[in-house]
Amino acid sequence: MNYSLNVNGRSRTVDVTPETPMLWVLRDHLDLVGTKFGCGAGICGACTIHVDGESARACQLTVAEVGTKKITTIEGLSANGDHPLQKAWCDVDVAQCGYCQSGQIMTAAALLAKKPQPTDADIDEKMADNLCRCGTYTRIRAAIHQAAKK
Amino acid sequence: MKTELPSLSAAEQALDRRSFLRLSALAGGGFAVGYSYFGAATSAFAADAASATVFSPSNYLRVGADGRVTIYSARPEIGQGIKTSLPMIIAEEMDLNWKDVRIVNSSIDPDTSTPAPQPAGTPPAGPGGFAGPGGAGGRGGGGRGGPQLPNLDGPTPQMAGGSTSTPSSFTQLRQIGAAARAVLVEAAAQTWGVPVTELMTENSAVVHKASNRRAPYASLVAKAATLPVPANNELTFKDPKDFKLLGTRVSGVENPDIVTGKPLFGIDQKIPGMAYAVFEKNPVYGGGGVTSANVDEIKKLPGVKNAFIVTAQGGVPAGVAIVADSTWAAFSARAKLKAAFDEGANGSVSWAGLVEQAKAAGARSSEGDGDAFAGAAKTIEASYTFPYISHAPLEPQNCLADVKGDRAEIWAPTQNAPDALSKVAAATGLPNRAIKVHVTRSGGGFGRRLNNDFAGQAALISKLAGMPVKLQWSREDDLKYDVFRPAGFGFLKGGLDANGKLLTWRHHRVSVTGGGAGQDNFPQGFGVNALNPSTTIPSPIPTYAWRAPNSCSGAWVTQSFLDELAQASGRDPLEFKLDLLANAPAAAPAGGAGPAGFPGGGGRGGGGTNPQTYAQRMIPIVKLAAEKIGWGRKLPRGQGLGIAFYSCHQGFVAEAAEVTVTRDGKLTVNKVVAACDVGHTIVNLSGAENQGQGAIVDGLSTMWFPSLNFEKGRLVEDNFDSYPLLFMPDAPKSIEVHFVKSANNPTGLGEPTLPPVAPAVCNAIFAATGIRVREFPLTRTSLKWS
Ligand code: FES
Ligand code: FES
Repeated sequence: MNYSLNVNGRSRTVDVTPETPMLWVLRDHLDLVGTKFGCGAGICGACTIHVDGESARACQLTVAEVGTKKITTIEGLSANGDHPLQKAWCDVDVAQCGYCQSGQIMTAAALLAKKPQPTDADIDEKMADNLCRCGTYTRIRAAIHQAAKK
Repeated sequence: MKTELPSLSAAEQALDRRSFLRLSALAGGGFAVGYSYFGAATSAFAADAASATVFSPSNYLRVGADGRVTIYSARPEIGQGIKTSLPMIIAEEMDLNWKDVRIVNSSIDPDTSTPAPQPAGTPPAGPGGFAGPGGAGGRGGGGRGGPQLPNLDGPTPQMAGGSTSTPSSFTQLRQIGAAARAVLVEAAAQTWGVPVTELMTENSAVVHKASNRRAPYASLVAKAATLPVPANNELTFKDPKDFKLLGTRVSGVENPDIVTGKPLFGIDQKIPGMAYAVFEKNPVYGGGGVTSANVDEIKKLPGVKNAFIVTAQGGVPAGVAIVADSTWAAFSARAKLKAAFDEGANGSVSWAGLVEQAKAAGARSSEGDGDAFAGAAKTIEASYTFPYISHAPLEPQNCLADVKGDRAEIWAPTQNAPDALSKVAAATGLPNRAIKVHVTRSGGGFGRRLNNDFAGQAALISKLAGMPVKLQWSREDDLKYDVFRPAGFGFLKGGLDANGKLLTWRHHRVSVTGGGAGQDNFPQGFGVNALNPSTTIPSPIPTYAWRAPNSCSGAWVTQSFLDELAQASGRDPLEFKLDLLANAPAAAPAGGAGPAGFPGGGGRGGGGTNPQTYAQRMIPIVKLAAEKIGWGRKLPRGQGLGIAFYSCHQGFVAEAAEVTVTRDGKLTVNKVVAACDVGHTIVNLSGAENQGQGAIVDGLSTMWFPSLNFEKGRLVEDNFDSYPLLFMPDAPKSIEVHFVKSANNPTGLGEPTLPPVAPAVCNAIFAATGIRVREFPLTRTSLKWS
C-alpha cells in the first residue's frame, strides 16, 4: 500500500504493508538509519522518534497508525546537528559505542521541550526506558543538564 | 629532550627485529610513514605509495602535500574509544595540532592479518584477557570451536580485545610519530642550514627560536618526502612530562556523526541490489539438522524472494534462510515459518540439572583439604553462585555479504576482523585473498564480536541466494545464539588463627564447560596456605569470553569471601585486606617468575605479576579508593561502605561503594569510586573515565538483574523483558574514576575496571544490612532488614 508520510518536514511516499513498523520504514525504505533497532519490542528505546513532538517507539508504531502525523528522527532534530543536546553530547563526550545515543537524544529532546530545566528526578523519570548497554548514564545526565543551561 | 622509550615487551622486541620503519613518497605529493614487515605485502598501502613498498596497514600515517595528516587505524571501534585515543599517540609524538588530523579506518588485508595458528581441536590457551565495551577480546575462553584469534603480539592485530589495544600499540605509534617528525625537522634543518639540535616542533610546525623562524609542516612536506627515515634506535622521543595532548580530554572523533544518526554501524550498511535475510537455527544447543520446514509456503509470502533449508557446512550450522526485500518482510515471513529440527542428545539439558551437579561437586569440596585447616582457631565456609550471562550488545548481530563467484566482500560490525575473514572463507570455500572485510563501527562488543559466526552465515546465505544480503539477527536470536559468559560456583573455606590472621584459604571453583579460574588468585602468595581445586561440569551451552573473562565473576567470589573472613575475625575489612597485602615476600626472586604458588596466568592478568609488585601497585590504590569514599565514616543502619580490589589485563583497580538499603529491601548504589593504576600515561582522559564509568555500570547491571535459564536444551529468556539490564534510575548518581600513575606501560581500562565493583557493592550491602549476597542476580536475595 502507498503511504504519504510527513518525515522531518518533508513529504515522503512509501509502498509497504500496513503493519510495517515505522522503524523499518525509516531504516529500509527512507534511508534514515539513525533510528536504531535494539529489541523490536518497545523495551530499549533505541528506536525513539518524535510523533507530533512526543517521544515514541518506532518499533511499536505501524505505518498505518502514523498517518499524516509529523515524524521527527535524529536526522531531522536540527538543521546542522546543532541542537543544544547534540552539542552537549559532543562536549561531554557521552558516547561509547554510540548505538543507543540517537534514541537517548530524542527522548531527552522531548523532555527539554516540556521541561527546559529538568531536575535529576525529571531526568530519571523520562530517561528510565532508554537502555545504554555501555553504561553512559552518568554522562547522559550531565549532557542533559548542560544543554538545559544554554 | 631525548628520552628512552619504556622498556619493550618481549613481543615488541621480536617485532622490532622483524620490522623497520619506512617512509614512502606519495604519488600526489606528501609522504607516508609506517611499518614494513619482511614477507608481508599490503595493497591497502601500496596502492597509495609511489613505490610498491611493503607496509603494515595496521597503523600508519600519511602527510599530504597540504600538510594535513591522515592517520589510519585498523583497530575496530566497539565503543572503547581507540579510534580517538590511538591516533592521539601519534599526534602527540609529532606535535600535531589535533584539528589538523583526520582518522581513517584501514580495511583488513588478508595477506597481512596474522591469525595465530591454532591446532585443530585445541581450545585457545587460557587464561586470557578480553574486552572494552569494548569488552572481552583476546585469548582464553574456550567452549565449542572458539573463534580464530589473531596473534595479539604480532604486527597487525586488527582486533580489539583483552584491553590490549593500548598496550600493544603504544610504543609502535610513538615510533611512527617520532619518525615522521624527524624527517620534517631534518627538512627544516637543511632548508635553513641550521643543526637539527637547534630546532623544536609545536602546533604542526618546526621552529628555530634563535632566528625566530617558523615553518609549518605543510611547507616542509616536499623535501621531507625525499629524506631517509631514521632507524628505530636513532629516533628521539618526547619526555612524557612534556606531553601536551595525551592526558587531556578529547571528544570522540565520530561524535558528530553519532549524534546526527550517520550510517556508521554494521546494521546501517547498504549496497545496490541487496536483499534482507533472516536465519532460523536449531533452538537446542549442539542439535542437528532441519527435519522439516514449510519453505514453499514461506516463498509465497509478500516481499519474500527466496526461502531454503541450509545444511550444516563450512562452520555454518543447519537452518532455514529467508531472503526478502525488506527486514520487516523477512521478519514477518519468519513468524509464519514452521521448522522442525533434530534435537540430538542435548534435549534434556537444564540449568537446574547443572546446579544439581555443581552442588554435588561442592559437597565433596573438603576431600582435598587434608589437614590444611588443622591449626586454625576458627574456620568459616560459604558457597557462591553466578549464572550464565549474555553479552547482549545493543546492536544485534548482523552482516552484509556480497558473494559473487570467485570473490566475497563483507561489511561487518566485528571486533575481530581476521576471525570474520576465516569464517567467510570456511563458509564459501574461497581463499583468503578473494575476501575483503570492511570493519564498521560496532554497537557494543563485550567479547561477543570476537566470534563472527554471523559473518559466515551471511556469506553462505548470499552465496546460496545468489545476491548480496544483509543478515539480520533479531534480539531473540542475539540472546539465543550468543556464546555466553560461563556460569560458576565457588565453595570456599577459610581458617583464621586466634588473632584473626588468615592461615588457610580454599577456593573450590566449580565451572560449567568453558569456565575457568579467576586470573587474580589473591591472597595466594601472601603468606596464606592456598588450595585451589577445580571441577568442570560438562555442558553443551556455548560459552566464550565475556568482558574480563573469569575475573568478572572470580573477583566477586574471592573479594566477598575475604570480607566474610574479615568480619569473622572481628576486624575492619580494609585493615584486614591491607594487612594481607603487606604479607608479600620481601623481595621478588630474580628471573621474573613469581614465587612458587603465586597465581600464574601469563602476563595479561594479575597473575604473572609477582606478589611484591602486586602489593606495590595495589596498596596505594586501595588506600586511595578508601579515602575517596570516606572509609571509616559512621553511617546509620541501612547505609554502608564496601571495598574490593583486583588485577587483570595488566591493570590494577580498587573500587569502593556507598549504598543505601531501605528496610523493605530496596537498594540504591549512591556512589562508586575507582582508583586505577594502568601505567604511566592516560592517553585520553575523557575516554578513560568513560570506560571506567561504563565498566562499573556494566558490572552493577550484571550482578543485579539478568540471569539465563535453560530448559530442554534451550534458552528460556528471549528479550530485554525477561533478560533485564540496568537503566538510568538504578545507575549511581556519582561514579568517580581516579588514576594513579606508575612506571608501567599503559594498558586499557575497559576490562580491569569491571571486576571489583560487584564485591565492593555486596560488601557495602553487608555493612548496611548484615545480609551477605552469595548468589547472582542480586534480585534473588531479599535485602529486607529490621
Ligand atoms: S527497538 Fe524499539 S524499543 Fe527497542
Ligand atoms: S553507548 Fe553503547 S549502548 Fe549506549
